[in-house]
Amino acid sequence: MIQVSGLAKTFSSKKGNVTAVAGVDFEVGAGEIVGFLGPNGAGKTTTMRMLTTLLKPSGGSAIIAGHDLLRASGDVRRKIGYVSQTGGAKPAAIIRNDIALQGRLHGMSKSEAQARTAAVLAEFEIEDLAERTSATLSGGQRRRVDMALGLIHRPPVLFLDEPTANLDPQSRALVWSHIRRLREEHGTTVFLSTHYLDEADHLCDRVLIIDQGRVVAEDSPERLKAAIAHDTIQIDVADAVDQAMDTLARADGVHSVTVDGYSLSLACDHADQTLSVLLRQLDLAQVRVESVRVLKPSLDDVFMAITQRDRTETAEHANA
Amino acid sequence: MHTFRETMIVFRDEVSGSLRNRVGIAIGLIQPCVYLVLFGPLLTKALPTEGGNAWRLYIPGLLVQLGLFTVGYAGFNLIPDMRSGYLERLRVTPASRLALLLGRVMRDLVLLMIQLLCVLAAGLGFGLRASLPGVAAAAGFMMLLGISLASLSYLLALKLPVEYTFAPVLNGICLPLMLLSGILLPMTFAPDWLRGISDANPLLYVVDAMRDLFDGQFTTRPVALGALVVVLLAAASVRLSIRVFGQRNS
Repeated sequence: MIQVSGLAKTFSSKKGNVTAVAGVDFEVGAGEIVGFLGPNGAGKTTTMRMLTTLLKPSGGSAIIAGHDLLRASGDVRRKIGYVSQTGGAKPAAIIRNDIALQGRLHGMSKSEAQARTAAVLAEFEIEDLAERTSATLSGGQRRRVDMALGLIHRPPVLFLDEPTANLDPQSRALVWSHIRRLREEHGTTVFLSTHYLDEADHLCDRVLIIDQGRVVAEDSPERLKAAIAHDTIQIDVADAVDQAMDTLARADGVHSVTVDGYSLSLACDHADQTLSVLLRQLDLAQVRVESVRVLKPSLDDVFMAITQRDRTETAEHANA
Repeated sequence: MHTFRETMIVFRDEVSGSLRNRVGIAIGLIQPCVYLVLFGPLLTKALPTEGGNAWRLYIPGLLVQLGLFTVGYAGFNLIPDMRSGYLERLRVTPASRLALLLGRVMRDLVLLMIQLLCVLAAGLGFGLRASLPGVAAAAGFMMLLGISLASLSYLLALKLPVEYTFAPVLNGICLPLMLLSGILLPMTFAPDWLRGISDANPLLYVVDAMRDLFDGQFTTRPVALGALVVVLLAAASVRLSIRVFGQRNS
């Protein structure tokens, strides 16, 4: 649904050129929800703005919903919805009129626009706000209005730039459920940027991590976590720490063991499967186990690992 | 055809937004009359015109000044729309970029024409006597001037999207334009060097032309020159601002 190759953006100013996006390649399949992660200034918003026809790329190309981003931006605009970080509702406008205006500019007749407005108002459960102005709404309410605006023309592709930034936990959960429902009910392809790794973890089929203008990792949240960071098993034993240490260090799938008093910490792959084997071996070695805990890596661990690795490499390049 | 339809959609939306701003409407209507009431009486004494009518000299200038300081400041209403993401949202729709600009400009023109009617009505009360077809033609000049000033103001707002830089730059441009247009006093009073500078001011030609039109003279050199200037200015302004408006930048 989205094919991006070599997309790049360099801003030129009097002080010289600044490369915001160094050339990114990726694909998003129909009906996929893909998260775009990266630290501030990594190039997320710039990429998003290029893909939504707001910013002219300085290099590369992209096909969105079958249309060429550079040559057929009008066709791309017909097929995409975009909800920016700031939203887009006119603060002083009556919400119902504002949404209908968006429909009209997408080529709908007056009655069509009214009908679609009523439909999206219902879909986002904001009918009771329809006669108010967006300036009077709470952050969570406004976000739902913004999404309704972006979806008035039922686009097959939706771009969301940090859809839950500054929202309270309930509002976030509500936005997430709306995004999932879009895919379930309409097969909408969703490309969203976020700072929140738990958001990507909960919502996304796949994650792209961008750092310093390049995509540095790309996979499902589970696989990224498995590939980059290890599971951790913590085992507290009642006695025979040395014996436990020997046994565990020799076990398959265990990368390292650290000991702190009677507490052992193991880095390993697939902790769920390894655990029962480890416990049986400890039992055979006659070690008494008091408690066991399995810690799964969060996407934060992955994110830190990747972006740090990336910086180290860049620094090495610079030195060499 | 699409562009026309979309222009009307944007225009209607902008008008309905403006109509909800009651204070804005009231000030917009009162302001031009304030000039007439507070400045006009001085002028009639200061400019004794032989058998003519001082109002006929002053009101064309007042109209241009009004255009400069109302429509010329239209950019101020674009800045919040940029900040809220509203303009960007419209730019992600397939709507014509020209329509997004012209819809706004048309709203500004309607307001300008209402103000113009207020000034003329008040002027009549004060003793303005002018040629009716001439005044109608002058209104046409004002429309074209309004298109230019609004487009250029939007262009400037796109380039300077924060009030604290937009406002001083705009003032810095508008003030000399006004002083050198012969709006307050005819430039015939000016020393040569000042006249030389004012010759480069398009507003001067518009004011001169409108003064002749108010007198009922349609075939004078200033009218022809003014018409040429105002048409070229409108065409160039729209062209220039549509280029920036349509750009994928920022």
